[in-house]
Amino acid sequence: MSDVQIDFPDYRATRWRAPSRTLAPIPEELHALEGPVFGEDVVEASDNDLTQQHAGEPLGERIIVHGRLLGDDGRPIRNALIEVWQANAAGRYLHDVDQHPAPLDPNFSGAGRVLTDGEGRYRFTTVKPGAYPWRNHPNAWRPAHIHFSIFGRMFTQRLVTQMYFPGDPLFPYDPILNSVRDATARELLIARFDLATTEPEWALAYEWDIVMQRTPFGE
Amino acid sequence: MTGTPSQTVGPYYTIGLCRRRDHELAADGVALTGRLLDGQGEPMWDGVVELFDVETRTWGRAGTDADGRFAFVVPRGARRLEAFVFARGLLRHQLTRIYLDGGAGAEDETLVAQRKDTAEGGGFEFDIHMQGDRATLFFEH
Repeated sequence: MSDVQIDFPDYRATRWRAPSRTLAPIPEELHALEGPVFGEDVVEASDNDLTQQHAGEPLGERIIVHGRLLGDDGRPIRNALIEVWQANAAGRYLHDVDQHPAPLDPNFSGAGRVLTDGEGRYRFTTVKPGAYPWRNHPNAWRPAHIHFSIFGRMFTQRLVTQMYFPGDPLFPYDPILNSVRDATARELLIARFDLATTEPEWALAYEWDIVMQRTPFGE
Repeated sequence: MTGTPSQTVGPYYTIGLCRRRDHELAADGVALTGRLLDGQGEPMWDGVVELFDVETRTWGRAGTDADGRFAFVVPRGARRLEAFVFARGLLRHQLTRIYLDGGAGAEDETLVAQRKDTAEGGGFEFDIHMQGDRATLFFEH
């Protein structure tokens, strides 16, 4: 079912990491298995506002990111754990491995958690991440994105993905986004600018719905 | 509705996914350790493994270290664990299973953990090979 091509040569790291053996059919008992359940205890008060996790405010463009988590039947997935992480406004991650010579921001860690509400909605406040270089190919830059990890209701409704911002000029050059070979499916990774949710004099807003697909059993 | 496509967890997942110590599925359990290795036998130092024990409905998560090693404490007596593997270079996470009970019913010999006895009381070892002669069997999901 996956729209993503896992052995995608333009993304070099797939070469020695994508599974080499043909995948076996999913064990039948896993198809109907409900996944782990997370409660309010895994979420702390400041987890839904990445701009309020330090003494001062981070630099950058303040944004609200929100949307709905849905099953592929269109029904909301409630009380689901969503974890996010991202670079700061300068395009730098708070991580030892990131050597991009852009400044760290002492007021930004770049991690958040939310549980979806009774209608499958999520919402958090952050700053818009910057683009950053990586060494996949000469002059390679990642378009700005926020990483998402999502646990659906069923065990197989597990998704790790990235949300992009509309109109980014780096889209055609990014092998990770383009590992999704179908243009229509790629669009599903790009948030919509949402003027209605913008808070005047405070923050811009983006809306991004997430749909958790499951492999039909026996296909 | 069409599902949202997967994208790689990338090299910086620890920021979002390893803020807590989630490696214990059971407080009074047994150790399960192993290494995550790429097609050249090199350790994948930037992977993350999630385990789920269906019988006790317990879940855990651990990132890999510089040697590609992950370490869990799993329920004593667990027979089989379902495992997801995430890493930079994996555009979608992969599903495998770890048999702890000698492997009766295992779909493949690569899914059987090795019992090891140590001064601390023993446990299990299970390496995950993405490719190569000993490539781990992964499942559609």
